[in-house]
Amino acid sequence: MADLSVNVAGVAFNNPLIAASGTFGFGREYGEFYPLSALGGISCKGITLERRDGNPPPRIAETPSGILNAVGLQNPGVDVFINEDLPWLKQQNTVVIANIAGNTPDEYCQMAEKLSATDVDMIELNISCPNVKNGGVQFGTSCESVEGITSAVRKHCTKPLVVKLSPNVTDIASIAKAAEAAGADAVSMINTLTGMRIDIRTRRPIIHNNTGGLSGAAVFPVAVRMVWQVANAISIPIIGMGGISTWEDAVEMLMAGAAALQIGTVLFSDPYAPVKITEGLNRFLDENGCKSVTELTGTVKPW
Amino acid sequence: MKYDVKQLPLISNNQIADGIFDMRLAYNADELPVQCGQFAHVYVPGKTLRRPISVCDAADGVLRLVYQVKGEGTRIMSRMKAGQDVDVLFPLGHGFTVESGKRYCLIGGGIGVPPMLYTAKQCKAPLVITGFRNKDLVILQNDFEAAGAQLLLCTDDGTAGQKGFVTDLLKEHLDEVDEVCACGPTPMLKAIAQVCAEAGKPCQVSLEERMGCGIGACLVCAVKVRKDGQEIMRHVCKDGPVFNAEEVVF
Repeated sequence: MADLSVNVAGVAFNNPLIAASGTFGFGREYGEFYPLSALGGISCKGITLERRDGNPPPRIAETPSGILNAVGLQNPGVDVFINEDLPWLKQQNTVVIANIAGNTPDEYCQMAEKLSATDVDMIELNISCPNVKNGGVQFGTSCESVEGITSAVRKHCTKPLVVKLSPNVTDIASIAKAAEAAGADAVSMINTLTGMRIDIRTRRPIIHNNTGGLSGAAVFPVAVRMVWQVANAISIPIIGMGGISTWEDAVEMLMAGAAALQIGTVLFSDPYAPVKITEGLNRFLDENGCKSVTELTGTVKPW
Repeated sequence: MKYDVKQLPLISNNQIADGIFDMRLAYNADELPVQCGQFAHVYVPGKTLRRPISVCDAADGVLRLVYQVKGEGTRIMSRMKAGQDVDVLFPLGHGFTVESGKRYCLIGGGIGVPPMLYTAKQCKAPLVITGFRNKDLVILQNDFEAAGAQLLLCTDDGTAGQKGFVTDLLKEHLDEVDEVCACGPTPMLKAIAQVCAEAGKPCQVSLEERMGCGIGACLVCAVKVRKDGQEIMRHVCKDGPVFNAEEVVF
C-alpha cells in the first residue's frame, strides 16, 4: 500500500484524484455512491458572482469516445454556494476547490475576495470556459490577458490559486508561463476543446449553443501532450485532466508531469471510476516498488 | 441508498414492434425499489454516455425496459443477449405521484407509452389512452388490459384504433377522471397540458432531454419551469422526468 497523498501548492490531498469542475455539481449526488472522502478533492461546478441559468438545451451531444457540452455555467451564484453548499462540502473530509468564472476582471476579484474569507481550500480560476458569450475563455487565450487576470485576482485571493488553462490556444506553454509569472500557485489543464456536431437531417447543430466543449477519452492524448509541454516550461505544479478514464490513463498523466489529476466525463459512464482508478493506481505503485505516488510525476523518458 | 449501479442479468430482449424492444432484467426490488415514472440509465459498452430508459414495469423481480432503437447506442442495446449482465444505474428521477382515491387518465404517445404501464399498475382502474403513428408501432395493449385499465387506442393514420390524436380522446373522457399523467413527444404533452389547464384538471407530464450523468450533477438536461412567478432551470434527470404540467414552460 503506497502513499497516495499529494501536496499541491501547500494543500494536502489524500490522493491525487479530484473530481473535475462541471461534472460533479457540488458533490451531493455522487455522495450517494461513496463517501466523498474517497476523492482527493472536489473542484466544484463553476460559480459566478450572480446566479446564471445557463444555455438553452440541448446542452450535450455524444461524439466518438467523448461528449460535447455547453451548459453555460448554470449555477446559483457565489453567495448561495458559500452559504448552502460549502458548509456541507467541508464536512466531507476532502479538499474543496471553488471554480470561479466572471464576465469582467472585477467579478473574478470580488469572488476571490468573498471566497478567501471562507474555509474553501483552493480557488480555481476558470478562464477557459468555451460556452459563455462574455468572459470565460476570452481571458485565457493570450499571454497578456492571462497575466492580467491572474495578477488582478492574486491581489484579492489569499487562498492557493490554480489557473485552469484552455487548450484552444496556439502555444499553451507560454500561456502557462504567463500564469506562473502573474502569481498562480498551480495550473490545471486542460479544459475542453471547442467542437461541433450537426444533425444532418435538420441541419441544426446538436447543441443549442452551436459549439460546445469536447471532453472524454477522445481528448486524452491532446491533454497528455499539453501537460508534458507545460511541465517542461514551468515549475509550479500541474493538475492534469482531459479524458482520464482508467488507472493506466492516470499513471500516464502523472508521468507526463501532473502532480494531481482531475477526472470528469468518465463519471457519466461509471460513477465509481474515481474509486477504481485509485485502486488501480495503488496496485501499480506496489507492483513497481514505488512508495509514493509522487514518484511518478514527470518521469516520462522522452526519446 | 437511493440509486446505485447494478449488474443485472438479462432475461430476454425481444423485438415487440417495428424498432421497439422489450428488455427484461432480473433485479432485487427490496434493494432498490422503483417508483412509476422513474428511469434507468443503461451503460452501453463503447459509448461515453448511458442511455436513459423509463421503467416500463418493475414487478416480480423483473425490471422491464421497453425502448426504441433510435441511434447507435440503442442499436447496441438491442443486440444484448439473454445471460449477459447489463450495467444499469437506477432508479433515477422523480416519478409520477399517484394518490389512492383519485381516478387517473394515463396517456402515452409512441415510445412514451411504456412508463404508463407501471404507472397504471399503481392506479385503481385507470383510463389509459395510448397513441401511435400507425399499427406497426402499437405496443403493450394486452399488458394494460391485464393491469385492469380501461384502454383506448388511437393512431395518426387510423390503421389501429380510432384515427386521430390522444387529445381528441382525452377531451371526450376528461370528465370521467380526476387527474392526468402523460408521457410522449413534447408537442403532445403541450397539447395535453393545455386541455387540462382549460378544464382545471391537474396534469403531470414526463419530459425528455439529452442527458449526461443522470443524477443531477452535470446540469445538461435543463428544462425551464415557472415557480412563484419566476422562470428557473430544473433538470429532467433529478427534478423530473415528471413535472407538474402547469409549471413547465413549453
